[in-house]
Amino acid sequence: MTHEEVKQIVLDIIAEIAPDEDISNVKPDVRLREQLDLDSMDFLDIVMELRKKHGIEVPEEDYTKLASLDSCAEYLTPKFKAKAS
Amino acid sequence: MSTLEGERYDAVIIGAGMSGLAAGIRLALFNKRVLILERHNAPGGLNSYYSRSGLRFDVGLHAMTNFVRQGVKGTPLTKLFRQLRIPCEAFALCEQYGSRIHFPDVQLEFTNDFTHFESQIADKFPHEADNFRRLVVALKAFDETALDYQPCGAKDVIKKFIHDPILTDMLLLPLMYYGSANENDMDWAQFVIMFKSIYCEGFARPFEGVRCILRELTKKYKSLGGERKMGLGVKRIHTLNTHAKALELDNGSMITADHIFSSAGLVETLRLCDDQPPNTGGEHIGKLSYVETIHALDIQPSALGWKDTIVFFNTQKEFTYRCPQLPVDLHSGVICFPNNYHYVNDEPLEQGWLRITALANYNYWKSLAPDAYQDAKTEWFTQLTSTALNCLPPVSVDVLKSHTVDIDMFTPTTVERFTGHLGGAIYGSPQKNRNGKTHLDNLYLIGTDQGFLGIVGAMLSGISMANYHVLKND
Ligand SMILES: Cc1cc2nc3c(=O)[nH]c(=O)nc-3n(C[C@H](O)[C@H](O)[C@H](O)COP(=O)(O)OP(=O)(O)OC[C@H]3O[C@@H](n4cnc5c(N)ncnc54)[C@H](O)[C@@H]3O)c2cc1C
Repeated sequence: MTHEEVKQIVLDIIAEIAPDEDISNVKPDVRLREQLDLDSMDFLDIVMELRKKHGIEVPEEDYTKLASLDSCAEYLTPKFKAKAS
Repeated sequence: MSTLEGERYDAVIIGAGMSGLAAGIRLALFNKRVLILERHNAPGGLNSYYSRSGLRFDVGLHAMTNFVRQGVKGTPLTKLFRQLRIPCEAFALCEQYGSRIHFPDVQLEFTNDFTHFESQIADKFPHEADNFRRLVVALKAFDETALDYQPCGAKDVIKKFIHDPILTDMLLLPLMYYGSANENDMDWAQFVIMFKSIYCEGFARPFEGVRCILRELTKKYKSLGGERKMGLGVKRIHTLNTHAKALELDNGSMITADHIFSSAGLVETLRLCDDQPPNTGGEHIGKLSYVETIHALDIQPSALGWKDTIVFFNTQKEFTYRCPQLPVDLHSGVICFPNNYHYVNDEPLEQGWLRITALANYNYWKSLAPDAYQDAKTEWFTQLTSTALNCLPPVSVDVLKSHTVDIDMFTPTTVERFTGHLGGAIYGSPQKNRNGKTHLDNLYLIGTDQGFLGIVGAMLSGISMANYHVLKND
């Protein structure tokens, strides 16, 4: 699983939970909240979907690591790799 | 047919009203095994429907509050659609024509465009225009949904901004009628919620009324594998120390659940628990109940000159919002014309409707024997109708009668019978419990007595409690 693939997974989840957001131009290095209208309820859903769809656990103290697409990739890629092995 | 005896659930929800269905969707979405139990045969609770002599009556739903156009972000309505994963088109909301606050010497109109309301205030209360703007700034800066909020009275806060008591009463009347469980004042956070939902956002309605909303919620819940049992209530919650260990149902079955969400109300829920005295919490039962009269007409209201969507009226110098001494308080109320929304292609509703709501005395209605109850309904139906006609463009009682094809009326006892809310208290107990916690560690309140009121509020309540008590800690 590459960083790019993980970013796509996160974007797919955002598209599903917030279909009214335009995600075609999300900048990977900018905080998601600055580009999209996402609140804490939406972030809970991103976490819940990661678990439901991919079996990835994100404890509450790590929610801040999901701030941007880059930080998501950084934080989640090892988790996806561990899952696959 | 399954009796459910011995079944085990991740979560059981008491009540298939707006809050119960919304909580059910959230939990089912994340693969919880959920069961909604509803004592009645129809879903919806305070917002339900029935058919009689071929006519389709709605209960509740004058208006969906919180309306914003598609694309407006960060408001309760958009959150709701996201959290429920229901596309906003599904509710097919159509906007109001416009509504009015009617006082003896002054009227304020409002629409779904807040600037119209601001200009009405500048026009009718020029000395208060700046104060009103400051009030709006203050309430926009306030976090009304914080789960750790400490209640305080709205009138005291409003006083710091607005000095004209008539304007204060005019602002309060619609908000109280649509969402206050307190007599003569309302909680400040509740004021802010209602102010935004009614004045800043606005009113809309699906062409099919509440049926459309309930159908979409139910469809979503079922598609996620949620289970539901209608016509089966919860009789008792069996406890062990501070834990709800089993639910006993009306049919005698016992089931268990890790989590229980109850939309029955605070006192009503406590009284289900076997560790509580039978009459516990009597002092917390809400005192505010309503009657509503319904005229089904063979003509569209606009053809009679009635073009308002909702009229909030008060006929006295001062507005009082409390349980009246008389059976019905004829001094104030709400008139609703469900026809007066911008439906697609201007399609008219099959029937014209005139609905009038007013405060009522539960104890009076409860004390009546069946014959006297029918007589009282007839008498107060007539009185409330003629009061309301005085607040509308003129139509005589006789003309109204000639266009009336059916009438109905509900009273506080109807509300109690069909929703289980003690005292017929539409907005439940004045005591709200924002975090939903009870004396039992796995029993939570949702809906009315958690404290987010109205249709949108109740759904958000179910969502936020499911998130807070189960999904977040998973
Ligand atoms: C006449 C009227 C007009 C209204 N108009 C509007 C409006 O125009 N706009 C708006 O936004 N809001 C309106 N409201 C308010 C709105 O309807 C309520 O705030 C909202 O529906 C409350 O939902 P709820 O889920 O909290 O509770 P409820 O709807 O009361 O649901 C509780 C459910 O629990 C069930 N129940 C109770 N005890 C048990 C038990 N022991 N076992 C099983 N089931 C049980 C009840 O039967 C009921 O179905 C109106 C209300 C009324 C009465």
